[in-house]
Amino acid sequence: MKTLVSLDVNGRTYEIAVSPELTLLEALRYELGLTGSKQGCDKGDCGACTVLVDDRPTLACLTLAVAVQGRKVRTVESLAQANVLHPLQDAFDQHGAAQCGFCTPGILMSAVSLLEQGGDAPDRLSIKKALSGNLCRCTGYTKIIDAVEDVAANTSSPGPPGHTGS
Amino acid sequence: MTHSQKTPLHRPAPHESCYLHVKGEARYVHDVPPPPGLLHAALVTSPVAHGRIVELDVSAARALPRVHAVLTAADVPGVNDCSAVIADEPLLADGEVHCCGQAIAVVVAESLADCRAAVAAVKLRVEALPAIFSSREAVAAGSYMNGVHIIERGDVQGALARCALRFSGEIETSGQEHFYLETHAALVLPEEGGTYKITSSTQHPSEVQANVAKVLGIPRNRIVVEVLRMGGGFGGKETQGAHLAAWAALAARHTGRPVECWMNRDQDMLFSGKRHPWYSRYEAGFDAHGVLQALDVFTVPNGGWSNDLSRAILDRCLFHIDNAYFIPHVRFEGRIARTNRPSNTAFRGFGAPQGVMIVEEVFNRAAEALGLDPAELRSRSFYRDDEEHNRTPYDFPLPGPRSQRIHEELMESSEYVARREALEAFNQRSPLVKRGIGYQPLKFGVSFTHSMLNQAGALVLIYSDGSVQLNHGGTEMGQGLHTKMMAVCAHELGVPMGRIRAMNTATDKVPNTSATAASAGTDLNGAAVHAACVTLLARLRPVAAKVLGVDVARAPDIAFADGQVYIPGESYETSFDAVVRRAYEDQVSLSSTGYYRTPNIKYDASIGRGKPFHYYAYGAAVSEVEVNLLTGEHRVLRTDILHDVGDSLVPSIDRGQIEGAFVQGLGWLSCEELVWNDKGFLLTHSPDSYKIPTIGNMPTDFRVELLQQATQPDVIHGSKAVGEPPFLLAISMVTALRHALASVRPGAAIELKVPCTPEAVLREIERLREAVTVQERQHELTT
Ligand code: FES
Ligand code: FES
Repeated sequence: MKTLVSLDVNGRTYEIAVSPELTLLEALRYELGLTGSKQGCDKGDCGACTVLVDDRPTLACLTLAVAVQGRKVRTVESLAQANVLHPLQDAFDQHGAAQCGFCTPGILMSAVSLLEQGGDAPDRLSIKKALSGNLCRCTGYTKIIDAVEDVAANTSSPGPPGHTGS
Repeated sequence: MTHSQKTPLHRPAPHESCYLHVKGEARYVHDVPPPPGLLHAALVTSPVAHGRIVELDVSAARALPRVHAVLTAADVPGVNDCSAVIADEPLLADGEVHCCGQAIAVVVAESLADCRAAVAAVKLRVEALPAIFSSREAVAAGSYMNGVHIIERGDVQGALARCALRFSGEIETSGQEHFYLETHAALVLPEEGGTYKITSSTQHPSEVQANVAKVLGIPRNRIVVEVLRMGGGFGGKETQGAHLAAWAALAARHTGRPVECWMNRDQDMLFSGKRHPWYSRYEAGFDAHGVLQALDVFTVPNGGWSNDLSRAILDRCLFHIDNAYFIPHVRFEGRIARTNRPSNTAFRGFGAPQGVMIVEEVFNRAAEALGLDPAELRSRSFYRDDEEHNRTPYDFPLPGPRSQRIHEELMESSEYVARREALEAFNQRSPLVKRGIGYQPLKFGVSFTHSMLNQAGALVLIYSDGSVQLNHGGTEMGQGLHTKMMAVCAHELGVPMGRIRAMNTATDKVPNTSATAASAGTDLNGAAVHAACVTLLARLRPVAAKVLGVDVARAPDIAFADGQVYIPGESYETSFDAVVRRAYEDQVSLSSTGYYRTPNIKYDASIGRGKPFHYYAYGAAVSEVEVNLLTGEHRVLRTDILHDVGDSLVPSIDRGQIEGAFVQGLGWLSCEELVWNDKGFLLTHSPDSYKIPTIGNMPTDFRVELLQQATQPDVIHGSKAVGEPPFLLAISMVTALRHALASVRPGAAIELKVPCTPEAVLREIERLREAVTVQERQHELTT
C-alpha cells in the first residue's frame, strides 16, 4: 500500500507515492533520480549514502522515506551553486581526495556537516572523528583529511573559485 | 616571443573525473537512468559447498506475475562457460555445485522485490557431498588443479646442510575481500539485428565481450562493451564482472528487453572470489655472516572451485618469493589447491604479497634467533649490481637493482636506527604498552607474466575545431589511468589537458584489449597513445609548415606545446587549432590508432627460466606501531615510505596510489578477517562483520616520498608502474609488531599469525607469557 508523501530535497518539494518500507536512499535514487548518494552496503556500515536531514548527517539507507516528511534533506547534488563548487568540493579536486569517487558524495556530506557546526577550525583528530563512519577503499584517507583540513583552516574565505568543467 | 614549453607531464593534476565525483554526477553502472522496459536479473544459488542437484523445478517461479523468465543451464544457447583461461567455469551449474553461492538459475523480473519472490519460489534440492575448504586440507587430500610450477637453482639441500643457521616452518596468509565500494553490476541493452550493448563494471571489457559471445553463441562483433568507470576494482573486477554481464545478456536474449544485473553488498561478497589464502612450508639457511644462502619452499594457493587466474597468480608468487634478496640456492615449488570455495581471483599484488610474506617471515625469524636488527639483516642479502649477486632464481640478471640506494636513503630520513634504540628503552619502562619498528623493502616485477598479454591499443581523434577524443584500451577504476593518458596525449600533441576528452573504454574503439591489471595499464596504453600521437604529428608537421609559411624541410623543427605551434627562437607562430583546421581543409586524416607491445619478454615455465618482466619497481617502508598488551589492540604511529615510480608521470596520482595501496595492505594484515562456517558459508559478508581500514586505522603520521633521479629506460617518459607494488610495504607493520612483542618475553620465539587482529595479537601475547624461552630450555637440559 503506497502513501503520498511530500519530500523537501535540496530546496525543492517532491510529491511521490511510496510504500512504507522504501528507504530515503531508494527514494532519492530511484524515484527522484538523484543518484549522487551511493548504495555501498544498504545497512548503515559504509557511509556512502550519507545525506543531511535538518543539517545532521544521516544514513539514507537506514532512514525511511516516510520518516523525513516535513524535514529538510540535502544531498551532494545541492553543494555546487550555479556550477561554482563548494570550497570542500574544490579542495577534494585540488588535493586528489577522490580516486574512484564512489565514497566521495557521502564523505563530502559528513565533512560539510562538520564545517557547518562553526566554532574553532576542527583539527585532524576531529576531522577523523567526523568521517569515522565513511569507508574509502582507494585513498588511504590522507588526502581526504588534507582537503577537509585545508578548507577548515580557510573557512572565512570562499576558497579558490571553482572551475566550470570545460 | 618566448615559450615556456609547458607540458602537463611530471606535474600534479587533479583526477580527470574529480569534478564529476564531487558533484555526484560521475555515473557508475547502477546510476545509469533506467532504459524503458528495464528488467532485473537475480540468482538462485547453491546452499551447499559441494553437492549434486537432485531437483530444480522453476515452474512455480516462472508462473509468478511480473516474472519474465527463469533460466537454467538448459537455456544457454551457446557454451555454458564463463571462465577466464581454461573452460572450467559453467555460467550456470549443471548437475553439480562446487561452492556456496554458485549460480544455478537466473530469475528475470520487473523489480528486485519480484526477483526475490521468484528466487524463493524455485524448488531446489541439492544432495551434499564431502567438501574441502583449506589449502592444508587440499594438500592432505591431494586435491590440486593441473600443473606444477618449479623454479630451481643451485643445490638447496647441499647448501642448507652447510648453513650456520637452518630452520623450517609453515606460514599461512589469509584471504581478503576486495571491497570495491561499487559492487558488481552490468546493464545489457538488446539492439537491432541481434546485437547487444553492454555497460559493465569491469577491468576487462574484451573478456566480457568474449564470454558473452561464447554464452550467446554469436560472434564478438555483435557485442559492444563499454566501461564508464569503476567504483574501485583492485583485481576483483578483472574476471568476475563477466558473469554478471553474461547472466544479464542471457536474460536480455530470452526476454528481448534491457536487463540489469546488480549485486547488493551481501550478494557481491558471497558470490565473488577473494585474494587467495595461501599455505606454504619452507626451509631456510643463513651463513655465518647472516646472509640468506638457501630457501626451499612448497607453496599452495587456495584456488577455490575453478582456475580463474590462479595459475598466473601462482607464477607471480614464485617470481616474488626472492623479493629484494639474492638467494644463491633456491627451490620454489607451487601447486594450486582445488577447494569448495568461490573461485579466488586477482587482487592487487596478484600472489606477490603472499610470496614475499614467506621470505619476510624467514628474515624475521632469523633476526630474532640471531638477536640482530631485522633491517640490517635484510640488507646483507640484497641483490647487488654485480654479476655475482644480481641473478634472479629464474636466472635473469636484474639491471641496476635499487634496493641498497633506497635502503640507505630511507634509513636516514626515517631515523630508523635511533628510533629503534629509543623504542627499546621505551619498552623497558612501559609494562603495558609496547612499541616496535619494522622495515620492509620491495622489488616488484612489472609486466603480465603471460607474455602475450603485454600489448595495447589506442585511438586518437582530432576534430576540426582542435578538440581531441582519446580512446585507449585501459579502464578507469580510480587509479588515475585516464588522467595519465590525457597527460601523455596532451604532451605529445602539445595541447592543454582541457582540450582532451578521455572517452569511456569501449570494445568498438580498441579491440582485443588486455585487462587493466598487473599495474601495467599506464606503461602499455601510454605507449600506444604515444604511438597514435606520433603518427598524427607526422601528418600535422608539413601542414604546420604551410601555415607558418616556412619550407616543408623545416617541419622537424616545429614545436607543438600548450596549444601553440612555432619554431623555437624564431618569430613563426600559429595555434594548434589553426593547423588542425588547415589539415582538414587540405584533406589530411585527423585520426589514428596506436599500438604497442612490450619487447623482449619471454618466460618458459617448464624449465623455470626466462625474462618474465620488462623491468622492476622498488620501494621501502619503515613503520612504527604501538600495542596494548591488555587488549591486543595496536595502531601505526608513523610510516615512512620511499617509493620508486621512475619519473612520475603525474606525481599527485602516484602518491595517492602509494597511500591507498599501503593502507589496503594494512587491512589485509591487521583487521580484515574472512570467517566461514564449517559448511563453507561466508559469515562475514558485509561491512558490519568484515572490517576494512577506517580513517582511524591509517598511520597517524604518514610520510610518502618518491625516489628522485629514478628515470626508467624504455618506459613511457621514464615512469614506472605504481598500482600494486606499495601494497607489499604494509608488511613493515608485521615486523614492527614482532619487535613490540619481543619485549613481552625476551628470548621466546614469536609465532604471530596474520591477520594480526587484536584477538590474534592478544592470543600471541598470552602464548608468549606461557612460552619457554631458549635460555630456559637450555637451563632445563643442563640441570
Ligand atoms: S549504503 Fe548506507 S551506510 Fe552503506
Ligand atoms: S575514492 Fe574509491 S572508495 Fe573512496
